[in-house]
Amino acid sequence: MESVFGVDKLTTPLNEREDIIQVKKLNKWYGDHHVLKDVDLTVKQGEVIVILGPSGSGKSTFIRTINALEEFQKGEIVVDNIALTDDLKNIEEIRKETGMVFQSFNLFPHMTILKNISLAPIWVRKWKKAKAEQIAKELLERVGIPEQANKYPGQLSGGQQQRVAIARALAMQPKIMLFDEPTSALDPEMVKEVLDVMKTLAESGMTMLVVTHEMGFARQVADRIILFDKGEIVEMGKPEEIFDNPKHERTKAFLSQIL
Amino acid sequence: MKKTTSTPLWRNRKIIPIISQIIFVIIVGIVISFMIRNVISGLEQIGLTLGLDYLNLKASFPIAESIISYTPDDPYKRALLVGLLNTFKVSIFGIILASIIGVIVGIARLSNNWLVSKVATVYVEVFRNTPLLVQIFIWNFAVFLPMPKIQEALSMGPFYFSNRGASIPWFTLQDNTIIWMIVLIILVVGSVFLFKKLTKISFESGKSTYPLISSIGFIIVTAIITYFILGNGPLGFSIPVFNGNSFDGGTSLSIGFMSVLVALTIYTSTFISEIVRAGIMGVPKGQTEAAKALGFKSHTALRLIIFPQAIRIIIPPLTSQYLNLIKNSSLAMAVAYQDIVGIGNTIINQTGHTLETLLIVISVYLLFSLTTSLLMNLFNKKFQLVER
Amino acid sequence: MDNIQLNNTEPVMETKKLNSQRKLQLWLKNNLFKDWKNAILTIITLMFTIYFLTKVGKFLLTSEWGVVTDNLRLLFVGQFPMEEIWRLWVALLLLSVLLGTTWGAWRGIIGHVAISLSALFIVFGILPYTEVESKIYLFANVAVIILFYFVGKYVPKVKVPMLVLWILFIPITLSIINGFGVLEPVKTNIWGGFLLTLVIASVAILCSFPLGLLLAVGRRSKLPLIKYFCILYIELIRGMPLIMVLFIAQLLLPMFLGGIQLDNVVRAMIAFTLFSAAYLAENIRGGLQSVPRGQFEAAQALGLNNFKLMVFVVLPQALKAVIPAMVGQFISVFKDTSLVAVIGLADFLGMGKKIAANPAYLGKYMELYIVIALMYFIFCFLMSHVSKHIEKSLGVGTR
Repeated sequence: MESVFGVDKLTTPLNEREDIIQVKKLNKWYGDHHVLKDVDLTVKQGEVIVILGPSGSGKSTFIRTINALEEFQKGEIVVDNIALTDDLKNIEEIRKETGMVFQSFNLFPHMTILKNISLAPIWVRKWKKAKAEQIAKELLERVGIPEQANKYPGQLSGGQQQRVAIARALAMQPKIMLFDEPTSALDPEMVKEVLDVMKTLAESGMTMLVVTHEMGFARQVADRIILFDKGEIVEMGKPEEIFDNPKHERTKAFLSQIL
Repeated sequence: MKKTTSTPLWRNRKIIPIISQIIFVIIVGIVISFMIRNVISGLEQIGLTLGLDYLNLKASFPIAESIISYTPDDPYKRALLVGLLNTFKVSIFGIILASIIGVIVGIARLSNNWLVSKVATVYVEVFRNTPLLVQIFIWNFAVFLPMPKIQEALSMGPFYFSNRGASIPWFTLQDNTIIWMIVLIILVVGSVFLFKKLTKISFESGKSTYPLISSIGFIIVTAIITYFILGNGPLGFSIPVFNGNSFDGGTSLSIGFMSVLVALTIYTSTFISEIVRAGIMGVPKGQTEAAKALGFKSHTALRLIIFPQAIRIIIPPLTSQYLNLIKNSSLAMAVAYQDIVGIGNTIINQTGHTLETLLIVISVYLLFSLTTSLLMNLFNKKFQLVER
Repeated sequence: MDNIQLNNTEPVMETKKLNSQRKLQLWLKNNLFKDWKNAILTIITLMFTIYFLTKVGKFLLTSEWGVVTDNLRLLFVGQFPMEEIWRLWVALLLLSVLLGTTWGAWRGIIGHVAISLSALFIVFGILPYTEVESKIYLFANVAVIILFYFVGKYVPKVKVPMLVLWILFIPITLSIINGFGVLEPVKTNIWGGFLLTLVIASVAILCSFPLGLLLAVGRRSKLPLIKYFCILYIELIRGMPLIMVLFIAQLLLPMFLGGIQLDNVVRAMIAFTLFSAAYLAENIRGGLQSVPRGQFEAAQALGLNNFKLMVFVVLPQALKAVIPAMVGQFISVFKDTSLVAVIGLADFLGMGKKIAANPAYLGKYMELYIVIALMYFIFCFLMSHVSKHIEKSLGVGTR
């Protein structure tokens, strides 16, 4: 697979790549509820990070702070060398460079697939309509459903909709892709088609943060696995380390429930 | 290599809301102060000052119909009270009648008798798509006004119709009405208790206790006993008798009142019928099917299962229709039925105190709306389906 | 049960091919005479209906319609000067052009509207009471509708210019009537009749929409000052009867604006606009609430700012969801314009009231008001018919 985005994984070793996300001492409260506690994380370009954890652990909240869908009260986030502050310009720049795929797809039901994908490139990246539609069609090919371009989201299956959602996010040519439980709302027979697209994307060198329960995917594709629990990172490491040799009690407890 | 330039205020997502609101307040403030200044200088020119003292002045205008006593020597505030009661009168009867007719028409529309449902549909479409004021005019000018003179009044039994309005038999208060009121309240409360107790017993023991019949029977028996003790019923009855000039006894309804009442009733009943229809159709079909499968007879199913769920859907839009009816009653001034808007208008014409009078009338209607909203919210909270 | 035989010489159940007479019998039985209760109901209803219809028929046939036919011009255009009526015909011709073309280009429910209006034109054209000149214009309009139907059907790329023209229709008509320097303006206080009804309703509908939209968005704003201001406005206006808003506009507006004089019709238009906007705001708010939160988030994640997010993603979905409610509100506005009769303006109903005051027509009120009611009914029924159709057709695009 050609690396359209990101670094060529095979040539540059991990420690020589740039930091693309830096999170320092991130803290978030919902009222009195401390949802994120002193989270520290550095993500290298091209890394694929899978975030696991029980529900309510804050993992979704965490990745949503990266593209400013959630605010935070203490700490620092730097994405692609842009500091995430109250500056609307910074936020807009960060959102251009991060693409997000949601659990409930969130496609725009009143637009065709093609328009769904080309909307943001036209109006945010200010591309011409022809160029945006060309890129959209290519992306639809890449995710395997080029023939659906003129249909409406309501006419597609869940797996197809999620693949369109991935294409829609990729159309902005982001440096980072965030996935918030992308397959949790899909019927089992459609999970594979979406995971396959994500796998290909990972192999092409895209930086990805994925919150998921798909352990098989995590083991095969992740460069690093992070375990979240009660708002903090409990354990972090390579897939083999986490799955075969968990160190923390809570990690063991969580894995025993899942596997 | 972080971009650490400080955020300009106009791009700061925390500051923008504050700045926008400040700008908004400034603009609104300028507009309002402009208007207020104009009002004050305008009033100065005419020589009027704002204040509510004028309400104590003599009204000097007659009011054709009133529930409480009123003469043109009474102050303006009494006139307003009369107007308020007139609004009340036509609204209460309108609400009751429109609900009854609305429920009947609503159920008729759902009937599987083709003729009945078609007639109901025509009724709804015709009276819903004609403006209310047009309907009021038709009743007033084309139906009631052309009635014959009072000496040759049309009569249907004790009901008399003439071009001055209608005279109908009506209740009169008596000396022991108050005693009867107390007795009735006790009866209603007692029978509700009896009903609940009997239902509980029948649930627990499985025996039929006929709670509905028993409680109604209780009311009837006690009422009859009270009647014999006191000698007469709760309210007297008086029948209009023509005395050459007008009718004595009974009560008379003016043409304006009747036109407004009839038109309001019919117009609002069309909307109520649609609400009732939507309510009954809104209960999932599976409920009827489950009820049948459990062996319920169709009228029991209607009472215990369909109706309670339909009520939940019906009550919110129903209350807003009631509010609409109360507001629409303000059209009464077009046919000389003096409701609170009509009287307010007369007061404005006579005293020039436009702002104060308008504010008073507006407050009255706002009070209606607020009370209804509060009751509605209470109802919603109480009857909301307890969900996960 | 008669069809089930116990010996097998014949088929177990006969499938008779139902001829039309049998179908009618079956239908009557199921729908009207299912059981004895239904039969009684049918008979009673039938009796009432026949009684009622004969009364109505008798009235229609034996009445004198002079009160209406003598005053057709007054009822439709009020005291609009005869020499300037051509302007109204021009506007009507423009409407027919738009209507015909839209019918041809879009088909569907517009056809019902076009046909109904054409029927109305033909009826008035045939009536002996309209002047010859008017008859010519009326038939010309029908011809134009039909002609432009074909234009709309066969000429490509008319859809967008059509939409633009529709939106501009009211301003164009108003400018034709107003003149704007080129022609002498026809003052608003001599507009009357159905023309005035249409003008007030159209202006109110057109202007209340953007205002209602702003109020709805403001109502949902997180900024407390804006939110409570919108809540205050909406609840205040919705708590009052329309007649009060009209009074406020008539009596207080001059006071608020100091020396600026506005004529009565403009004041009424302002009142209707302010009133309708509050109700529209609640409808639109319902639509906004129905848009799932995920839509906002997806648009934000893509980098769309608040304004673009509303315009491209949220508003199209919100408005689509409440089109039936909005059309219902527009129909109400049309009906409510009749209230200006109470403040003395001579709209369709108000003109009727003035005509009724003429002693020559004493006792002819039923004829007059029935015709007025009928006109309102036709228009409102047509609008609600279109609305129901739009409701149905909005289920498009789902699997």
